[in-house]
Amino acid sequence: MNRPTHSIFAMATLVVAMLLSHTVVAGGRLVIDITNRVGPQVLSLDSGSYTNALAQPYTVSMFKYYIGKIALREKNGSEVRSEAYYLVNESEPASKTIVLEHVPIGDYTGISFFTGVDSADNCSGAQDGALDPLNAMFWAWNTGYIFLKLEGRAPASRSSGHLLEYHIGGYREPHNCIRHIALRFKKSLPVVEGGTAHVHLNADVAAVLSGKERIDFAQLSSVTDFHNATTIADNYATMWSVSTEK
Amino acid sequence: MKTARSIMLLALVLVLASFAGSNKYFVITAEDVAFKVPDGFPKPVYDFSSNHPSPEVFILGRKLFYDPILSRDSTISCASCHQRLFAFGHIDHALSHGINGLIGTRNVPPLQNLAWNPAFMWDGGVNHIEMQPLSPLTNPLEMGETLSHILLKLRQNEHYRKDFQAAWHDTVINTERMLKALAQFTGLMISCNSRYDKYIRGADTFSAIEKNGLAFFRQKCATCHTEPLFTNNAYRNNGIRPDTALNDSGRGRITGTMSDNYMFKVPGLRNVERTYPYMHDGRIRNLRSVLDHYADPNQFDTRASPEMRRIGVLSKDQKDALYAFLLTLTDKEFIYDKRFIDPFIDTVK
Ligand code: HEC
Ligand code: HEC
Repeated sequence: MNRPTHSIFAMATLVVAMLLSHTVVAGGRLVIDITNRVGPQVLSLDSGSYTNALAQPYTVSMFKYYIGKIALREKNGSEVRSEAYYLVNESEPASKTIVLEHVPIGDYTGISFFTGVDSADNCSGAQDGALDPLNAMFWAWNTGYIFLKLEGRAPASRSSGHLLEYHIGGYREPHNCIRHIALRFKKSLPVVEGGTAHVHLNADVAAVLSGKERIDFAQLSSVTDFHNATTIADNYATMWSVSTEK
Repeated sequence: MKTARSIMLLALVLVLASFAGSNKYFVITAEDVAFKVPDGFPKPVYDFSSNHPSPEVFILGRKLFYDPILSRDSTISCASCHQRLFAFGHIDHALSHGINGLIGTRNVPPLQNLAWNPAFMWDGGVNHIEMQPLSPLTNPLEMGETLSHILLKLRQNEHYRKDFQAAWHDTVINTERMLKALAQFTGLMISCNSRYDKYIRGADTFSAIEKNGLAFFRQKCATCHTEPLFTNNAYRNNGIRPDTALNDSGRGRITGTMSDNYMFKVPGLRNVERTYPYMHDGRIRNLRSVLDHYADPNQFDTRASPEMRRIGVLSKDQKDALYAFLLTLTDKEFIYDKRFIDPFIDTVK
């Protein structure tokens, strides 16, 4: 991958196009909009104040994560998949819309993807685009992508400046933090020739902090290596919900 | 007087001769950078077909390797720590020295045969040769830079703009290309012409003591330091005790597995004569003292890996033979290889 501009995009398009089993048709377009939330509220960096499941107040200053290998499940059970990764960053609104071109026409019943970066893609050397280490989602001393960064402040935190800092990554067992997410649409989603279909994904910060295990800020205000990482990963595995209504 | 004069004359001739040849290393041909697996070496881990060697990419990689512009205050290059004449190690420095005189936490390893390494660093924390430079570049105790600032500096530099253009035929300068150029340069650092190699190929002879040394080595050391790369690429404890000040837990820090604590990557021993001091923290100053360590099982740390028990007590003769053998691993062709000479010493750019 030597051409950086639009390479991710091009790659996604290419792969989806390659997966076309029948006649070569242009297919349709799928627009995925992502809303980062805290429970019922839309996430608002810095200004929003929230409370966790243990009634500890907090604010959020950074929320970014990788999703990749998005696949759509067709009614007949087959799957179309793009190989691309996307870095969703709350502070960069454009990153919250993902467009897949040339999606084969069909009736889709669900979507799946990785939160994180698949182990093979953690081991394949220098990459461009979303996986460029320049995006500061990378550990240099213990090679691997940081899958999710959640930062903020909480009075209960005992870190200096009452900081919260959760940098979660790691592809090796037993500290593997890659989570595969599979979501079903309430109603099947048709992709028609030349048309545009919409999927809306919600990612809930509150779930990152309490999805499976409730994080007590006084006990765990910082995760920056494998210590406790899978606890948060099990939480973020629950952060997703989907709708196909406009 | 007469001898003094002829010595001077000889010196002059040598200097002139070296000038005459000095420009040669700037002419790098496709043949010079072709990757060939040396006789008897296994299949490399690094796939050069994903980073096809070309003179232009190699020359760019060499320039990056020797250029202090990659560090925050433009004082330290890769080559400040990895010095060519010491097989790209750093002699006489137990721990690495970075920007602002900062001292790192580990001994600088030599750079050689990296294309066969499944993992890098003393703890194997880095999983790919292309990703390896990110660690020194961004480590505050080493080069202390950020990737975005490095790219900015390269993009602003007209020479680098030309070099990247020559290497990839367009104007893009990005992380991936910088890393691939460095990987191509370091990946072609191949040591395969030591006296040991020539002996194995039947092109040189060993003295009796060297032959004995090789035999002892195969018996006692080769389970870990496996020929021809002199490493089995595993993580082991060779019986040295943890340094309480550094408290470096080695492999355990990477895997988070208790049983990996205080294990370090088995280093390949090529050019070992020239890479003192030894061990991950440079604690052992010379090769004879390394052999003294291995000779005395009673001194081994309790965590020593089981293979260490096979060594047993080494006699003085055995140590002498091992020493003589280890010296045969020095590869002068590699060390004086012109392709790797600092390009800045001769160019006024
Ligand atoms: C400040 C000194 C310093 C600088 C500058 C430096 N290195 Fe290193 N290098 C080290 C040390 C120390 C290690 C071992 C680190 C460890 O094990 O944690 C190392 C390890 C390596 C390794 C792994 C070798 C192996 O066999 O595992 C490679 C490859 C390498 N360096 C290449 C580079 C490149 C390329 C650069 C320039 C971008 C560079 N180094 C800059 C000190 C330095
Ligand atoms: C259990 C596996 C094992 C065996 C057996 C073993 N070594 Fe090592 N050796 C290592 C490891 C691991 C290191 C690095 C240790 C560290 O830095 O903590 C090392 C380091 C060395 C070094 C220093 C290299 C450097 O660049 O710093 C030398 C020299 C060496 N061994 C020689 C020998 C000799 C000679 C023998 C046989 C008498 C031997 N080793 C047997 C595992 C082994």
